Amino acid sequence: MDLIANLTLGFQTALSFENLLYAFIGVLLGTLIGVLPGLGPVATIAMLLPTVYVLDAIPALIMLAGIFYGAQYGGSTTAILINIPGESSAVVTAIDGYQMARKGRAGTALATAALGSFFAGTVATLVVAAFAPVLTEMAFRFGPAEYFSLMVLGLIGAVVLASGSLLKAIAMIILGLLLGQINTDVISGVPRYSFGIPELTDGISFVAIAMGVFGFGEIISNLGKPAEHREVFTKDVKGLWPTRQDFREAAPSVLRGTALGSVLGVLPGGGALLSSFASYTLEKKIVRNPRVPFGQGAIQGVAGPESANNAGAQTSFIPMLTLGIPPNAVMALMVGAMTIKGIQPGPQVMTNNPELFWGLIASMWIGNLMLVILNLPLIGIWIKLLTVPYRFLYPAIIAFCCIGLYTLNNNNFDIFMGAAFGVIGYVFWKLRCEPAPLLLGFILGPMMEENLRRALLLSRGDWMTFLERPLSAGLLIAALLLVLIVTMPSIRRKRETTFKEEV
Amino acid sequence: MRIKSQKDFWAGLMFVVMGVAFAWGATEYSFGSAARPGPAYFPFGLGLLLTLLGALVLLSALTLETEDGDRVGRFAWRPLLIVVGAVLLFAIMLPRLGMIVSLPVLIFVSALAGDEFHVVEALILGTVLTAASYAIFIYGLGLTIPVWPSFLIG
Repeated sequence: MDLIANLTLGFQTALSFENLLYAFIGVLLGTLIGVLPGLGPVATIAMLLPTVYVLDAIPALIMLAGIFYGAQYGGSTTAILINIPGESSAVVTAIDGYQMARKGRAGTALATAALGSFFAGTVATLVVAAFAPVLTEMAFRFGPAEYFSLMVLGLIGAVVLASGSLLKAIAMIILGLLLGQINTDVISGVPRYSFGIPELTDGISFVAIAMGVFGFGEIISNLGKPAEHREVFTKDVKGLWPTRQDFREAAPSVLRGTALGSVLGVLPGGGALLSSFASYTLEKKIVRNPRVPFGQGAIQGVAGPESANNAGAQTSFIPMLTLGIPPNAVMALMVGAMTIKGIQPGPQVMTNNPELFWGLIASMWIGNLMLVILNLPLIGIWIKLLTVPYRFLYPAIIAFCCIGLYTLNNNNFDIFMGAAFGVIGYVFWKLRCEPAPLLLGFILGPMMEENLRRALLLSRGDWMTFLERPLSAGLLIAALLLVLIVTMPSIRRKRETTFKEEV
Repeated sequence: MRIKSQKDFWAGLMFVVMGVAFAWGATEYSFGSAARPGPAYFPFGLGLLLTLLGALVLLSALTLETEDGDRVGRFAWRPLLIVVGAVLLFAIMLPRLGMIVSLPVLIFVSALAGDEFHVVEALILGTVLTAASYAIFIYGLGLTIPVWPSFLIG
């Protein structure tokens, strides 16, 4: 039993004191930023990247992963208690969760969300452990042409399944790819688009882009909006443990949400957000006669999406760990963090760094266990934090971002770049151009170029190589089909309504 | 011609300008041949693609009706200038004056960007965050950040 041997290795790694400590720090921070207003996992992970230089690779990645799935728990707390989703994936939780809270069932809603998430996290950990080796096996047979086509599919998938304008999202990917071209060409050694600035010949740091756009840019746009006044109706939460009837009603939804999230998370562009939306839609279709109607505090409307978003968040590690292709902005930062530690993301991670690979997977289950403990008995602490005014928070974010930018190269150049991307990020936000695809494109840009040029070199300049190799052709056709399906008028309308529905 | 979506119009224009700029810049480098693609190959192609996509966005902004003209809306100049200004100030000050001086300045100035501003609150916030940063980054993580003004250390 390879699986058991691998998981044993994983748990041995994850249960070391240091790794447990950083898993705990990760999930604690994740819950914290999930609860705090206007601070998301992308900006937080970007802020914490300086610590990656100091830590070993394993604890560093365990901590960053913990922030990501921890934020899913924290985000649902605010959704239920104050009707403000802390993370975008908790948007649908707010619909029924908040209604439950208003009816005095906040405790039940929180417990359902936490226990459902824990169950989903456990299953998703096993899914990752079981499927990652299979995909890795496949990835080893990939040549440069296949890798290029896979990245095309990954990038297209990432925007097709996201919300907003498809055309603009694809344009943002290309812009990201182009920004990734500001570097020294790996093959010929020619510096490109550096304008004689020596710092630019190493390329723009992805941290500067992430902090500028998701840190500074978001702060500016938040400050431009009218102040948000948070009110907590449920000062103390009682009756945490769900009743027998609650369990009976929620259990099937948890199972469905977990299954759906595990599948959707693996898709490029999938992950937490899509999973929770899809699960809510599914629950409404399947549960015909809920005791409490949907939209008025149905427990199924909390149990399904909450399980789905946690399962999706975890299985979205699969493409990143096995193929080195990030399906969303957080995974893009994880790829960046691995590169900082000198680990080339891709199928070789599993064979070259088995402790890292399996330790990370095992730590997810441990992290989920910690999250249940953190979120249920300690819920009172988080409720107090819900109302921290934004005016205390954003100067702190700016300060940590600035220090982080400086420590990248011990040089103030990256702070200037961060400021520039803050302005650019604000403009993106004003023009409704989503920045996440830009970051994905930026991270994948150099890898894509290298594979494209190597594929052309191998085929002696014949572009048909991408279509003649069956695997590569299949991936490209899949990408094309995705675009065609989404542009079909009937689907397009449906896609728009799915994401706008009751938001 | 009437612009039907202001946001998409400017976004499209931005894509076209960026696309043309990158493609034009690429002509400075060697294209190589298809069999041996040079450094200009990939960015030139991407630049053209971005220009094309930008043109499509522009076209849709001029033809597809929107409910309210999809205005860009007012720029939040105050937070924009203050936040960016504070960050730039920090970037200039840090190598010379160290974290002990530049971090409180950064926090105090950026606190001015919000709707509510209280001097005492901002001062306390600056002090607390500077102390916390020292504890975390210098003492805890051992990062090399200039702490004291360079003229004091000599």
